[in-house]
Amino acid sequence: MLKLLKYALYDILKSRFALIYTVFLALVAISIYQVSDDLSKVSLSLMNIMIMIVPLISAVFATTHFYNNLEFIELMLAQPVKRSQVFLSQLFAVIIMLSLSILIGFGLPMMLWGADSSLITLLAVGIILSAVFTGFAFLASVMTRDKAKAIGISLGLWIYFSLVYDGFVLYFIYSFADYPLEKATLALVMLNPVDLGRILMLMQLDISALMGYTGAFFQKFFSSSMGLLIAGGTLMVWMLFPNFFALRVFRKRDF
Amino acid sequence: MGPYFRIFCLSLIGLLAAVEGHSAVIRLVPGQSIQSAVDKASPGDTLQITAGVYKQSGIIIRKSLTLIGEGYPVLDGNMEGNVLIIAAENLTIQGLKIINTGKSNMDDSAAIKFFDSKNCVIKDNILENTFFGLHFSNSSGMTITGNQIHANAIREFEVGNGIHLWKCKNSLISKNKVSGHRDGIYLEFVTNTKAEENYVEKNMRYGLHFMFSHDNSYIRNTFKNNGAGVAVMYTKNVLMKENRFEENWGSSAYGILLKDISDSEVIGNVFLKNTVGIYMEGSSRIQFTGNTFRENGWALKLMASCDQNTFKANNFTQNTFDMSSNGSVVLNTITENYWDKYEGYDLDKDMIGDVPYRPINLYSVIVEKIPAAVMLWRSFMVTLLDRMEKILPTMTPDQMIDQSPKMRPYDYG
Repeated sequence: MLKLLKYALYDILKSRFALIYTVFLALVAISIYQVSDDLSKVSLSLMNIMIMIVPLISAVFATTHFYNNLEFIELMLAQPVKRSQVFLSQLFAVIIMLSLSILIGFGLPMMLWGADSSLITLLAVGIILSAVFTGFAFLASVMTRDKAKAIGISLGLWIYFSLVYDGFVLYFIYSFADYPLEKATLALVMLNPVDLGRILMLMQLDISALMGYTGAFFQKFFSSSMGLLIAGGTLMVWMLFPNFFALRVFRKRDF
Repeated sequence: MGPYFRIFCLSLIGLLAAVEGHSAVIRLVPGQSIQSAVDKASPGDTLQITAGVYKQSGIIIRKSLTLIGEGYPVLDGNMEGNVLIIAAENLTIQGLKIINTGKSNMDDSAAIKFFDSKNCVIKDNILENTFFGLHFSNSSGMTITGNQIHANAIREFEVGNGIHLWKCKNSLISKNKVSGHRDGIYLEFVTNTKAEENYVEKNMRYGLHFMFSHDNSYIRNTFKNNGAGVAVMYTKNVLMKENRFEENWGSSAYGILLKDISDSEVIGNVFLKNTVGIYMEGSSRIQFTGNTFRENGWALKLMASCDQNTFKANNFTQNTFDMSSNGSVVLNTITENYWDKYEGYDLDKDMIGDVPYRPINLYSVIVEKIPAAVMLWRSFMVTLLDRMEKILPTMTPDQMIDQSPKMRPYDYG
């Protein structure tokens, strides 16, 4: 397993993509640090970028990676190694590479110009989102036989979670505006990892004072240990569930 | 005893003092009773209170004396009632340190409490751990200057106001520092009064709070980090000039909350880092000129109940939202302001943008209607919606526009 992971990682790190992604993130972070001097503004701007870019890149990259390595995977499957190990090594390699890119790309400028707790949360949210969307991408890849189709599904999921879902939420809130919606919106937040990551970030910033009653409700929830436990647990579920399903499909798939 | 009789008596006493032609200086040392010294003194006398601790409270003064502290003598109220109670004319209190009044809403315990007084000077005193600091009722011509008033209550109901004026007129409140009280400066039915260069910070509720107080002016004061900022109500003809409203941050804090204020001027003030810079409702005919709104959550919350207000030549920079409103009817004028979010162009180089600016964005309209929608804040979709609304406005009030936005910020320092 470790050997497989090592080769998969070497393979990814050799590709130029990892480097380009890291440099891109670093450039974004550096330019934001240069433009604004206030740390909370920096984390807001970084969050805006991250919430959009990280899931997108993760989804697209993981899918293409899977298909580019399909031959290698098939070769490995012919060897006396467990299927789950082959799959997990590829999965972990991608997640590790994406996380490293975020850690280095965002982390280095933070070390240079300073960070606070909200920026640490930002890094954690970035890594979690990478893992979640890699899982979705792998699921899409093992369910289809066509690369284009798999990328399509990954992109569809990305659009769904960053755009369409919020549209539904807005519609829902609009329709039921006369009812107390705090708990319902909290549940809705839990059902979308991107929203959950965003709210967790916003709660770290003193800008949450602008969020009125709902904001105060969220603040109370997410600052309680129970709330943090639930939020963490939910994110964990979001990370595990697509990966787990992808693994199950992969095990039974006929190559 | 009617007021006329009282004035008659006082003037008679004044006359006698003038006839006598001299006023005595009485020195007090710790251990002596201030009350008995006051009783013995004749009007016009000076009481010099030397340094030390005087554990006395409920001292009543009814004649025009001058109380001067040497090296800040401490008048310790022993947590009982008021320390000084005054009903006099032409009285001066200077250089005293008054601490530990009672804590009661029954008698509104205060360090110095004035009733029915005229032309008194309260200067350079230090007040610590008082319930009310300076408390005035039905007085006029007061000069309240250079006092330092500090309380350290933890909760709002445990403390009264720093400087409290009720039914007063023609007074001056200047260069005082007030902190840790419920309201820093509280005025009710106070007219023709000036508040200048006061520094009011970290009070539990409001920095400045006035009601039914017409024809007053507030100049170069600083209201910083008060529980809910500044709230002023039911008043006309107010001048607010060059004040600073800073760091009033919290879920219901305002730089300044204007309710039913009319015919007033708000000029050259700075609103920095407040949750809401100005919140106004039911206010009319106010001129807002030359103000700076910087780093506020909302620079301006202008409720639809306001009319005929003018916002001209103000700077709006780095605010999360420039403006929000709860209706689509617009009866106010917004013109020639600088908005850092303005993305228009200036072809004829007259430093005025060629396309109008819309200070209200779609999302703030949605949030005002449905507060729960705030959970979508900063999401990709909201950003997209705002963009679309900028290009093709449909939901935002189309009258709420600045027809001549400036290209460069005004230089207000």
